[in-house]
Amino acid sequence: MTMLAVEGLTVGYGGSPVIDGLALDVPQGSVVALLGANGAGKTTLLRTLSGLVTPRSGRVLLDGADLAGVRVEDRVRRGLAQVPEGRSVVSELTVEENLQLGALWRHRSRGERRAALDEMYELFEPLARRRTSIGHQLSGGERQMLALARALVARPRVLLLDEPSLGLAPRVVAQLLAVLRQTADRTGLTVLLAEQNVTSALSIADRGVVLGLGAVVADAPAADIAADPALRHAYLGF
Amino acid sequence: MDRLVFLLATGLARGLVIALFALSLVIIWRAARIVNFAQAAMAVVAVYVAFAVTSLTGSYWVGLVAALAAGALLGLVVERGLIRLVPSRTPLPGMIVAIGLVMVLQSVMGILFGPRHKPMSAPFDERPFVVGSIPVLSPYDLFVLLVALVVVVALALLFNRTALGLQLRASAVAPEVSRLLGVRVPRMVTLGWMLSSAVAALAALLLVPTELGLNAHSADLLFVHAFTVAVLGGLDSPPGALVGGVTVGVLISLVTGYLGAGIVPLAVLALLTLVLLVRPGGIFAVKEARTA
Repeated sequence: MTMLAVEGLTVGYGGSPVIDGLALDVPQGSVVALLGANGAGKTTLLRTLSGLVTPRSGRVLLDGADLAGVRVEDRVRRGLAQVPEGRSVVSELTVEENLQLGALWRHRSRGERRAALDEMYELFEPLARRRTSIGHQLSGGERQMLALARALVARPRVLLLDEPSLGLAPRVVAQLLAVLRQTADRTGLTVLLAEQNVTSALSIADRGVVLGLGAVVADAPAADIAADPALRHAYLGF
Repeated sequence: MDRLVFLLATGLARGLVIALFALSLVIIWRAARIVNFAQAAMAVVAVYVAFAVTSLTGSYWVGLVAALAAGALLGLVVERGLIRLVPSRTPLPGMIVAIGLVMVLQSVMGILFGPRHKPMSAPFDERPFVVGSIPVLSPYDLFVLLVALVVVVALALLFNRTALGLQLRASAVAPEVSRLLGVRVPRMVTLGWMLSSAVAALAALLLVPTELGLNAHSADLLFVHAFTVAVLGGLDSPPGALVGGVTVGVLISLVTGYLGAGIVPLAVLALLTLVLLVRPGGIFAVKEARTA
């Protein structure tokens, strides 16, 4: 069953489009790696899906419902969460406050929020030790962990992740991606993972989608993408 | 010595009103990244409402509540009806529109109510208690002190202890990330304006009985002093607004007492220049965590 569908999506900031007539199906409960070189349109696609960017044409459907005209904060409330690229942790707030912020709309009562936060502290053990640290005191790995936990605490149906491995040590990347895979298996979370780190992303993904100049050039099981030397050479740069 | 004690006490009471107004500038800066130059004119409109309500009902307290409500309502109308329509990519257009709003509001008030200062009476005695042979604070000064204290504590609790406060703080520093977490950022900006305008209205209401009376320009000087305080303390820092307000209040009082009232604007300007030269981010400015 399709959880997230994209049909004929065209996005541009003026001039030639960044995303050009793109179509994509993400089945419920699957982890899909979104691959492609710099400038292929990965970030623009994710920002369009979350509503930060308005497309010129085309449709985005979440569990069958058209998201046209639905504001960013309301898409989140429908279960579509995005972890943006880079340091998205609110650096003026503590770890605890960042998590609270992510949990507010989903868990109305204080008790419920407490339980949801404790669950995240269990899942991301290093964060538990840094509850009262301010965002900008955290290491890069801790920040990415917090950004992920902050999105998961609201129990989204679909999670869009933009380059979670950026600037992190391989061991930390492996840990983060393992948690992601486990969460998808355990809760049925659907994940669209944009990554430059192709090998790591494909190692946990069910499927790989390769973008080239704003369109899908390959869409196949992760193992097939990893094993296709021509594809790797042409679009993934190794 | 007696004179010094008297001047310090007066400065404290005046300083708290300035601090409250500066706090309103800090709130709006934190919520919307704008220095609201129309804050004084808007506050005076709210005080006119309080004046009318008090005249009709005979109760200062109903007037006070009316001032808060009018302030909040005015903040809502100005943000939704005016500021939201202005491009916000840079802070300048918003500031210019705010300055335009000052002219419109003050002209309209001038046309409606004339240039005369309407005397407004204080709810408490304004004659100072005499301790030993030194006149210190009046009952009204103590009332101002108490109100300022209550407002400051209430705001601190709101911002640091409630879910709403958390959303207000987050959407101010990281609007995009906040939206991605489901925070209704535009609503938070509007609430910031309402809160700020209500606090400014309260400060103006507390000030007027100690001045000549109510007129369209009653809060102009208050704005200048509070702006100095906000820059002095750092536009981002509520404790800075508080300490800065009292500092400037005492400075004004001392300069008035020892050098004459004519020197006050010069002293305030000198202080502002000094702070801008030595610590442009404000004395209480925290280390810049992000560039915005």
